[in-house]
Amino acid sequence: MNIEKFVSEFADQFDDLDTSAFTPETLFKENDEWSSMTALSVIAMVDDSYAVRLTGDDIRNSKTIQQIYDIVLAKSN
Amino acid sequence: MQAFIKAVSYYLPENKLTNAELSALFPEWGVEKIANKIGIDTRHIAAGDQFASDMAIAAAQQLFEEHNVNPAEINFILYCTQSPDYFLPTTACIIQDKLGIPVKAGALDFNLGCSGYVYGLALAKGLIAAGIATNILLLTSETYSKFIHPKDKGNLTIFGDAAAATLVSTEGFAAIGNFELGTDGKGAGNLMVKQGAIRYPEKSADTVQDGYGNEQSPGNLHMDGPEIFAFTSKEIPALITDTLKKNGVSKADIGQFILHQANQYMLEHLRKKMDIAPENFYIYMANVGNTVSSSVPIALYEAMKEKPVQPQAKWLLAGFGVGYSWAGTVITFI
Repeated sequence: MNIEKFVSEFADQFDDLDTSAFTPETLFKENDEWSSMTALSVIAMVDDSYAVRLTGDDIRNSKTIQQIYDIVLAKSN
Repeated sequence: MQAFIKAVSYYLPENKLTNAELSALFPEWGVEKIANKIGIDTRHIAAGDQFASDMAIAAAQQLFEEHNVNPAEINFILYCTQSPDYFLPTTACIIQDKLGIPVKAGALDFNLGCSGYVYGLALAKGLIAAGIATNILLLTSETYSKFIHPKDKGNLTIFGDAAAATLVSTEGFAAIGNFELGTDGKGAGNLMVKQGAIRYPEKSADTVQDGYGNEQSPGNLHMDGPEIFAFTSKEIPALITDTLKKNGVSKADIGQFILHQANQYMLEHLRKKMDIAPENFYIYMANVGNTVSSSVPIALYEAMKEKPVQPQAKWLLAGFGVGYSWAGTVITFI
């Protein structure tokens, strides 16, 4: 897996937000669209694409996309 | 003695909460888009002076009328709710009196949420198998609307109030098969009303953010949706597989999978994960929302109404959620 692809898959979970400027360092909760539904979509995406089970706590304890990526990476090994 | 589902009916309160109304309450929030994802247009909400037991009674009366059931024949009441009238007595006792069910009937409440209907079928089957009762009125009724903080847009969008009544008997339209049950209390805090019972009797007035922009007090319904979703994607495919195994059938033998109608997004995720065709996977929540313990009987009722069921058809029923608690069974139509 690579971080560029992950950032793009992560960004796909937002419907309205302009995510073109998303980078690994983006603080993904600092916008109006972030909700429990987006969090749920991220968990579903990671389950589908990486067969990794993120928990609600994984999301709660992360601020950047990089942090989520690192958790997925660690859990997939 | 074998146990059967003999009749099912349900009741929805008159008041409704539509997406348009939610949108007016929370203009900055994309209610339509989210409601579309979770597959809910309208939820029914109990009136201020209408309680879960009132709705359970209305559902039972609907069952008596719709299926020509005589309350005098009922010899056990199982009432599933997390919204009892009182700490004591058991609400099922009050229901017995109001419905004119014989005083020789047994009655008890059991406190479960989204797994409650399937657990109720398991309890009813046990009562029949043991020769304790022959006509069991299984009632499910919930008014989560009364637990939800008025500014908690997430939970307001998902949950609807409803009640359902099922007659489980020694004969009926579908035989109740074997059960797979599960419990994991480690998840208790993820779906909880913390205050107002014995451990924390005082309800605090201060509100807290749940981390996703929803306001709640510890006396309100708290649901960590993403955490529940993670639990569901882990446990439910296994529950389905184990339920099939316990009933000696395979996925292809099941005409309809009727899962707890949590929300459409979650159900679709589970359906794809389990590789079940959409035509075999029933969804009914647009007009009712997530009705907790009544979601399975409501979907069962609507699925049977939609088209006639072939004799020998097998349907899988599964409930899961608050506890955590989960349960599955297979019913075989006569």
